[in-house]
Amino acid sequence: MSELIYAGGYGFFLWSAFGITAVLMLAEVVVEYRLHKKMIVRLKRMQRMNKA
Amino acid sequence: MHINWFKYSAPVNFYPLAGRLILPFALLAIVLIVFGLYWGFAQTPDVLSDQKQYYRIIYPHVASAWMSMWLYVVMVAWALVGLVFNTRLSFMMASATAPTGALFTFIALVTGAIWGKTSWGTWWDWDPRLTSELILLFLYVGYMALQSAIEDPRRSDRASAVLAIVGLICIPIIFWSINCPDPNQCASLHQQSSLKYVESNILLAMLVTAVGFWMYSFAVIFMRVRRLILERERNASWVAELPEVK
Repeated sequence: MSELIYAGGYGFFLWSAFGITAVLMLAEVVVEYRLHKKMIVRLKRMQRMNKA
Repeated sequence: MHINWFKYSAPVNFYPLAGRLILPFALLAIVLIVFGLYWGFAQTPDVLSDQKQYYRIIYPHVASAWMSMWLYVVMVAWALVGLVFNTRLSFMMASATAPTGALFTFIALVTGAIWGKTSWGTWWDWDPRLTSELILLFLYVGYMALQSAIEDPRRSDRASAVLAIVGLICIPIIFWSINCPDPNQCASLHQQSSLKYVESNILLAMLVTAVGFWMYSFAVIFMRVRRLILERERNASWVAELPEVK
């Protein structure tokens, strides 16, 4: 396991590349999920205003 | 089984379909990416010609670079369909594709810079491949900026579609920047395409990871297009009837 992380002395570079990729891809999903939720809240508010 | 594809060109029909497709594509993406990376680490040699273990950056780097170009072509295709047939959903699909394409372009540049530091000794070089990929990122950003700069969605869709179509010229330039017939004319620090010479297990891991990234793109684009549909159709009666909005 430690050999895998050390990656022959290139662990920092190797895992930085994988880490940045994973973080950015996950962040895109989280941001999009939150934006969709926000949109639903906005639409519900619009509905209430239209009814009132 | 007959599927009426035209039915799904209407946002009212596409919205629930996209919602149902997100989870299968997300699960497929997870399975393929995990398998691709497992194969890429467990079944491949630690050294690839003059490259040491850092060569494994190839998996996220190549997959994201392919996706950056492929998603641009997909975005232009949707923009073209929108211009020709004047379909709202096509423009929305083009808009939904751009951020993911930009993200993969950014990932390709960053992972490429990290790989460059280990193998070339420099983070960046104004070499034809790197520069044309950077221009692709600017094209994505320009497309999104133009869309948000024009308030009228119909006008912004058309203007940004034209920009995207003009920018398509960048894709063959990126490809030919390292694949020119005379290598001396390329003068590129970036190595030439070498898929033919890559060890079969590395190639398999790369391809599976790339397909995984593609499935991920489907999932995220469907998520985004659903939000765009809600935003643009917010005054339509069918939106008010949605269970999540009621």
